[in-house]
Amino acid sequence: MTDFVQLIVFGIVSGAIFALGGIGISVIFGILRFAHLAHGDMMTLGAYLALAAISALQLPVLAALPLAMIGTAATAIAIDWLFYRRFRRARPVILLISSFGMALVLRSAIQLIWGPGNHVYESGISIPYVLFDIRIKPDHVMIVGCTVAIIVAFHLFLTYTRLGKAMRAMSDDPDLARVSGVDTERVVVWTWAIGGALAAAGGVFLALDTQLNPLLCWNILLPMFAAAIVGGIGRPYGAIAGGLLIGIVEELSTAVIEPAYKPAVAFIIMIVVLIWRPTGIVRSQT
Amino acid sequence: MELGGLLNYAIFFATFAGIFAVVALGLNVQWGLSGQLNFGIAGFFAIGAYASAILTSPQVATRLGGFDMPIIVGLFAAIAFSALAAWAVGWITAGLRTDYLAIATIGVAETIRLVVKNEDWLTNGVRGIQAIPRPAGEWFGPNAWIMLSVVALCLALAYAAIEAARASPWGRLQLAIRENERGATAAGKDVARARLEAFVLGAAFMGLGGALYAHFFGFISPEAFGPNFSTFLVWVMLIAGGSGNNRGAILGSFVIWLIWSGTEILTNRLPLEFVTQAGALRLLLIGLLVQLVLIFRPKGLLPEKL
Repeated sequence: MTDFVQLIVFGIVSGAIFALGGIGISVIFGILRFAHLAHGDMMTLGAYLALAAISALQLPVLAALPLAMIGTAATAIAIDWLFYRRFRRARPVILLISSFGMALVLRSAIQLIWGPGNHVYESGISIPYVLFDIRIKPDHVMIVGCTVAIIVAFHLFLTYTRLGKAMRAMSDDPDLARVSGVDTERVVVWTWAIGGALAAAGGVFLALDTQLNPLLCWNILLPMFAAAIVGGIGRPYGAIAGGLLIGIVEELSTAVIEPAYKPAVAFIIMIVVLIWRPTGIVRSQT
Repeated sequence: MELGGLLNYAIFFATFAGIFAVVALGLNVQWGLSGQLNFGIAGFFAIGAYASAILTSPQVATRLGGFDMPIIVGLFAAIAFSALAAWAVGWITAGLRTDYLAIATIGVAETIRLVVKNEDWLTNGVRGIQAIPRPAGEWFGPNAWIMLSVVALCLALAYAAIEAARASPWGRLQLAIRENERGATAAGKDVARARLEAFVLGAAFMGLGGALYAHFFGFISPEAFGPNFSTFLVWVMLIAGGSGNNRGAILGSFVIWLIWSGTEILTNRLPLEFVTQAGALRLLLIGLLVQLVLIFRPKGLLPEKL
């Protein structure tokens, strides 16, 4: 029983990270109608930007986080402006291929700048809190706490700001949004800003929980897409639920199968959902 | 470089590019002809390489093997196993939309890589498979000319087969589905089945390419089947060459491989501290090249003839 709860704790931590990536994937899909395959590597970039801030300015991780989020958001907007923007009129498949190439560009750029080896934010061991035989690391508390705060902020933005409403409108029906006077290009820019910022947070948290290396978040691209798809792609709230579900199931699966096959578990969940209910587990409101 | 060295290099280059061309032709069936995205090329490539390696290599205590079959059996087995795997994958994913299929194939390749890496009894895990026989190696040893001829023969057969398929009613059905799926459905065509057939046919050639790769190097390990190398490079080759055009696929393979290995020669001359990073620089440039091709020449060097 203790083991079971311990695995659920780990699952919530990775679920939070999947959710942060999954929301971005979901929102980008909702607005731009393509599966952004470079999202994992964008997260990795965020993690490394935080590393740069930490080592250059001697900042704690929490202070480096907003810098990494801003830097990654700016990079995402720049990538869109330089490349993706040119494919808006083309078939969405071209964007998919382009983003697959962009994933490689980001990954190699990271390796060029920071090298292929492993890095950590802070060396040293942190002593876990022990609650009824469940071990909880301080980092894990921080990851989940920050994720909740970020998601609440995102929710308030989506619900109460004009821009958030415009985003939801465009996600529901781009043509209707356009004729209603929504500045679609502006919404696209903000989509990348938000997707990039959330991606950076997810990347920083994953790096905090493990180690930085150039493949850090490419390795979790699959569970993040699984989260977005399970939650019904294009619906950010679904991605949060999907992230938690995938995170917990992945961790629980390690009790019965080899931990090395964790990514395959996410993949199987995704395939089952795609076949059984392609619009996601949570029923669409419409 | 001496003339003899240059010739050796040219043979090595042509063999490697030829192997990529076989794989690119396979991708051209899936993407160029049928319009299905497969970002899991590395998976089918790996299945072909391991199938042939296991069947043809000598007995080793730590893994499955010791069948000592002739290479020709290995090549056909590679085709059969890749096709079988593609059939299983395609059967499950047949109904998926293009973008979902793309993600699913990434998952398939990743799962295959995990199996190759972790199932030591089958593949010897990260240590890989050694002493994979070369064509006619028992008489001549590793001979570059023989290997090149084998690859050239496979490439010619693959080209002829795919060209014939493209010109056949089956090929026109694929085009019809790609351009207008609803129309094809309305005309009473079995769209899901046609898609599956194209997916399996393409994967069979990817498996053949993998087997040729295994016999070319004589050694394979999971390292070789990551997403960067086989999957991405083959996509670049097909897009640059001209998707939908089989000659374009072959031309693209040689041009991109020339750029890829040409830049390797250049980066090897860099000071030692940069050499370790050269691979990353080359990947970055190739990634940018794709963007430029997509922006400025989306139909590739040899556009599709309809």
